Amino acid sequence: MSDVRKLIIIGSGPAGFTAGIYSGRAELKPLLFAGEKQGGQLMNTALVENWPGAERGIMGVDLMMQMRKQAERFGTEIIDKKVGKVDFSKRPFKVWVGEEEYLAEAVIITTGAENKMLGVPGEKELLGKGVAVCAVCDAPLYKDKIVYVVGGGNAAVEDALALTKYAREVKMLIRRDVLKASKIMAEKVKNNPKIEILWNSELKEVMGENRVEKVRVINNKTNKEQELAADGVFLAIGHKPSTEIFKEQLELDEKGYIKTSENETMTSVEGVFAGGDVVDSKYKQAVTAAGMGCMAALDAEKWLEKDYV
Amino acid sequence: MTAVHFSVKDFDEKVIKVKGLVLVDFYADWCGPCKMAGPVIDELAGEYKGKAVVGKVNVDENQELSSKYGVMSVPTVVLFKDGKEVDRMMGFKGKEGYENLIKKALK
Repeated sequence: MSDVRKLIIIGSGPAGFTAGIYSGRAELKPLLFAGEKQGGQLMNTALVENWPGAERGIMGVDLMMQMRKQAERFGTEIIDKKVGKVDFSKRPFKVWVGEEEYLAEAVIITTGAENKMLGVPGEKELLGKGVAVCAVCDAPLYKDKIVYVVGGGNAAVEDALALTKYAREVKMLIRRDVLKASKIMAEKVKNNPKIEILWNSELKEVMGENRVEKVRVINNKTNKEQELAADGVFLAIGHKPSTEIFKEQLELDEKGYIKTSENETMTSVEGVFAGGDVVDSKYKQAVTAAGMGCMAALDAEKWLEKDYV
Repeated sequence: MTAVHFSVKDFDEKVIKVKGLVLVDFYADWCGPCKMAGPVIDELAGEYKGKAVVGKVNVDENQELSSKYGVMSVPTVVLFKDGKEVDRMMGFKGKEGYENLIKKALK
């Protein structure tokens, strides 16, 4: 594919679709790669209650499907594939999906963030077969089961509480001897008879043939290890920016977020812009991501008009 | 074309005893990505008519099936050939993801 596009957008969360809406309206005919987890993190939530304008809240999926259609209405072309490689070393920039090559004068990166994994044996192999990263999504499949939640932050507590509606027993593995979650959330956990907290405990291995059967847990104070029966393991140890393919191409900060120039969305490469959770380690909201997607689109438009030679 | 719905009652007859390919989408009404996958599954049912049967199972109404086939995350698509599982895919990965499963098995 040798024709050069004005703009390619990588990512399909609120930042990506908003960038699509704005640059579509600016008649840049953007091409947006939606990836394999299209719609971003909101696809994994139920009701979104803090999206301005949705007075009674809106389902995450509905919001994302509407954003997608809105972007398409203004001429954004969407491809439901994942970008595997980029080359920003010279213009036009190159973006690959498998073997297919796409060229663009400007690129906006809105790849967001993904769930962190522990990296213990069995975790990857049993993902989707008992190992899960989204309690809101999968909790109903764990009716009367024994599930473990790894993590002690607010997200972990929310997962544990969501699971109590279905599971028989919910056990939280906490690495330290305190909960990181807010006081209100921590109280809820402590008062819930279905939840048991295992303090100073770390997951060492997920075991099972084709589905989770057991977990190996170590107490980091006593070094005592035990194998415990389990049907599910929910990981809630935070998110990391999805920047693997940009490592050699753009400046990232020590945590892997893309660096942008202050008050602007331009990255370390002129003509490559970024917005949303992939640059934001602080706010991480749908509405802030959308705002940054808009900023990136406006910055890209201005740059294409003035500076692109 | 709308994909057929399988249930505990007719799963054996309509999937397991069928010669050839049957693609089954295990889904739930409360699952976000399932809502995106749904229309794609319907399209595939039409496009692969004669080559593969494409249908759906609601996991809430058919817990026996989801637990029998180890579905612990939705959507999960399981591809059967002559009644035996030959492939599966978890999560919605676009139309092409599902098509690749079918194409691979048709080869």
